[in-house]
Amino acid sequence: MTEGMRAKSGGMTEPAGATAPSSSLIPYPSSLGLRTQVLLWGAQRASAAVLALCVLVHLATIIYAVRGGLSAAEILARTSGSMAWAIFYGVFVAAVAVHAPIGLRNVVAETFGWRGRGLDVCVLLVGIVLALWGWRAVYAVVGSRIA
Amino acid sequence: MSATLKVRVWRGTESGSYQDFPVPRHESQTVLDVVTHIQRKLDPTLSYRYACRVGMCGSCAMTVNGKARWTCRTHVSVVADGDRVEIGPLRNLPVVKDLVADMAPFFDKWAAAKGRFKGTATRHDDFARVQPDSPKRKLVDESIECIGCGVCYSSCDVVTWKPDYLGPAALTRAWTLVNDVRDDAQRERLEAVAGDAGCHSCHTHMSCTERCPKALSPTAGIAGLKRAVLSAALKGEL
Repeated sequence: MTEGMRAKSGGMTEPAGATAPSSSLIPYPSSLGLRTQVLLWGAQRASAAVLALCVLVHLATIIYAVRGGLSAAEILARTSGSMAWAIFYGVFVAAVAVHAPIGLRNVVAETFGWRGRGLDVCVLLVGIVLALWGWRAVYAVVGSRIA
Repeated sequence: MSATLKVRVWRGTESGSYQDFPVPRHESQTVLDVVTHIQRKLDPTLSYRYACRVGMCGSCAMTVNGKARWTCRTHVSVVADGDRVEIGPLRNLPVVKDLVADMAPFFDKWAAAKGRFKGTATRHDDFARVQPDSPKRKLVDESIECIGCGVCYSSCDVVTWKPDYLGPAALTRAWTLVNDVRDDAQRERLEAVAGDAGCHSCHTHMSCTERCPKALSPTAGIAGLKRAVLSAALKGEL
């Protein structure tokens, strides 16, 4: 291409003052490593599978148990001292304590744009509180006569 | 069917407003025909982008009556609300002017997702022989026809909520390469598409799959990536 052609073509060079569009890509702020992020996703899927089963059993039990009314005494009569219910609801609570904080982390990040270590610590605390609260409730209805 | 369409077209950049244009209605008229009529007959300052006009190049996507579509292959008769058509730029991308969206962030994410083939063969090697009916090649077939129009990206809620999310198109491109037996950048690619800004952010809303004009399923490809990345993470390869 001759210099004359280059000058005529006009579009061969960037006009003065033009800048390339800047990239919108910024590193995703997270205090967690990539592998941990992926394993969290896996843990949420696995806990969801456990929850699907637990919720079904829980709902079926409720429907079965409320026939003819329901009282605290009836519930305790069925659950107190039962290792099977203790294990079942213990696992249920564990699945909730894993599943809910991971989901909450995503919801908060997407809704409010809050990310990073502060959020990760917060949802970890939520998970711990859910676990302790839940297991305390499990102990209250089944644990008193075990051991 | 009235003889005139009432067309509202976005004018401006990120801020702006819709402008009304009366456009004669024709048989088999596409949305791109409508925009072209406005630009050529009514207001030459209207900016829009197109190239091939036959659904190959992926440059004419716009938001038509609230949904992202390729305008060259979208008939007015299919999308008009009575005689009303509202045309705006693609969502989730910066607006350059009027109906022209800045595609730079979209293609930057293709690069970030390692959407480039990296082979090991040289010109001295024989052709790679990939059986068309092999499982991996079949998976490639399901995604390879992407024309990069940005309709899926514009339709994705997760991109709206999380602007650094790679998005359906970049992840679909990565998925075709994950299944390319000749490619030698698998580990880097899985790392690039993993985690909070990658495939694991997908909520499986499937808007991308519903709106893809080429009837591809980015959702299926993203699900494949999720499994591949989790498998690598569990094996300690990530």
